Amino acid sequence: MDFKIQNQKDTRSGFGEGLLEAGRRNPKVVAFCADLTPSVKMGDFAKEFPERFFQTGIAEANMIDMAAGMALSGFVPFTGTFAAFSTGRVYDQIRQCVAYSNKNVKIAASHAGVTLGEDGATHQILEDIGLMKMLPNMTVIVPCDFNQTKAATIAAAEYEGPVYLRFGRPKVPNFTPADEKFVIGKAQMLQEGTDVTIFACGHLVWKAVQALPILKEMGINAELINIHTIKPLDVEAVLKSVKKTRCVVTAEEHQRNGGLGDSIAQVLALHDPCPMEMVAVNDVFGQSGTPDELLTFFHLDTPDIVEAVKKVVARKQ
Amino acid sequence: MTINELERTATQVRRDIIRMVHGCQSGHPGGSLGATDIVTALYFDQMDIDPANFRMDGNGEDMFFLSNGHISPMLYSIMARRGYFPVSELATFRRLGTRLQGHPTPMEGLPGIRIASGSLGQGLSVACGAAQAKKLNGDKHLVFVLMGDGEQEEGQIWEGAMYAPAKGVDNLVAIIDYNKKQIDGSTDDVMNLGDLRAKYEAFGWNVVEVSGNNMQAVVNTLKFVRENAFQGKPQLILAHTVMGKGVDFMENNHKWHGSAPNDEQAANALSQLTETLGDY
Repeated sequence: MDFKIQNQKDTRSGFGEGLLEAGRRNPKVVAFCADLTPSVKMGDFAKEFPERFFQTGIAEANMIDMAAGMALSGFVPFTGTFAAFSTGRVYDQIRQCVAYSNKNVKIAASHAGVTLGEDGATHQILEDIGLMKMLPNMTVIVPCDFNQTKAATIAAAEYEGPVYLRFGRPKVPNFTPADEKFVIGKAQMLQEGTDVTIFACGHLVWKAVQALPILKEMGINAELINIHTIKPLDVEAVLKSVKKTRCVVTAEEHQRNGGLGDSIAQVLALHDPCPMEMVAVNDVFGQSGTPDELLTFFHLDTPDIVEAVKKVVARKQ
Repeated sequence: MTINELERTATQVRRDIIRMVHGCQSGHPGGSLGATDIVTALYFDQMDIDPANFRMDGNGEDMFFLSNGHISPMLYSIMARRGYFPVSELATFRRLGTRLQGHPTPMEGLPGIRIASGSLGQGLSVACGAAQAKKLNGDKHLVFVLMGDGEQEEGQIWEGAMYAPAKGVDNLVAIIDYNKKQIDGSTDDVMNLGDLRAKYEAFGWNVVEVSGNNMQAVVNTLKFVRENAFQGKPQLILAHTVMGKGVDFMENNHKWHGSAPNDEQAANALSQLTETLGDY
């Protein structure tokens, strides 16, 4: 993988472009938004397909269940609001009418994690991956940059079944190839290595990319795998990598409990135990600040990944 | 169907409800008995449906959603009697491995069920979505949703109640099973619902009231709402019903919301309900 930064873009804009493209490809794609159309970048879709765009007002529960009702007739509804209001606020609606009823609803969740920034903990959900991955029938996708979010959105539209698609607010390096097809459930090998495997998702993938040259200078040859699909997890890719590296670091903008690290730990414990460290928020709520300040404050930055790698490599020896 | 035939069908449905709930010693007979007449009229007379060729998408037919999923025995009996699945399957209600789960679900493959319900307050929103889909498809059929009255205490109901008139969802007919009883007692005591008619009218609905256990009145009302559909507003039928209707010791008694009759009580109940179509 060439880690050249093409530009700085927000993943939510990747969703917006992906939704527009999905709408152009399939007239059955429809969109719902609960009064956050510009924030979640649904405006272009709404403008081009006004008859297929449903403004529900600030009524997320009604939005989720309306989407389920519309999915019955063969439509492919995307719901759009912040991740906090896409999950915790509407968990029961998702559980009963989307997951249990197995409806083809795509829950597009923006502004996830602490990088939402100044709005603070009420809006910075750090539990959403766990909430969604616990639901049978639910697919959970956390793409890492603009290009991948766009591709993941198109892939979600083409996939039949409930999907939770998590993305974020700030502009971040856009580095994955624009023409790369997104395969749900297939881990993305970003760099092969032998000494440690870093499994990352979302914004922390780029933070892990930045750790690679630092680790190399320290004589650590790290493997980096982007787990953009938390569920279904690419167990085969995980086990293949740890068989080689024998130790693991996970990195995510989410609670330890219920997140990517928790899923990886389960695979290791069941199949191939080895030392593991987690870069994640550890059982506290977020707070106000700039995205960069918050990543540093919550130990979710590149130096934290480097430290975790050093620690886990030492544990291996 | 004639009114007499509908009434005979409803009586058999009531027998089925008692036998199903008695058979597994669990379930919700009170609300089921009270809502039987309305849903019988819908399925056997007023809805354009094709039970033998059930379509999950509901395209080209009327759709019905049960929001208060706990009155599932009523719905299961009516669907079976209407031909969605074998009547004999009613004997499996609430038993391990059944398609007739305690609360309705599409996950066990039961024809006629499109979405799960049980956690209250969600059916109106689902119906709004299905009705919007019909508009997108140019499908001039109606979407019906039955809700409980206690269910009106759920906040989400009012999200849907606000959406439908605001967006002109005029192919939607909501029905409230207004028996004025809920688990803990009368709705007046638990959470006074106030003037439901005025509340829905203030939200922008056309509201009609009906004596919900009078088959002729129910049929007339369902005809009325069909004639008045597609005129810019959603419609609400406030159906005044009696919890436990048809079984004297269950009528107007909230204790029968979610209790099964014992052998003696079941025999007593069944003695009050004529077997008209043959028991399952």
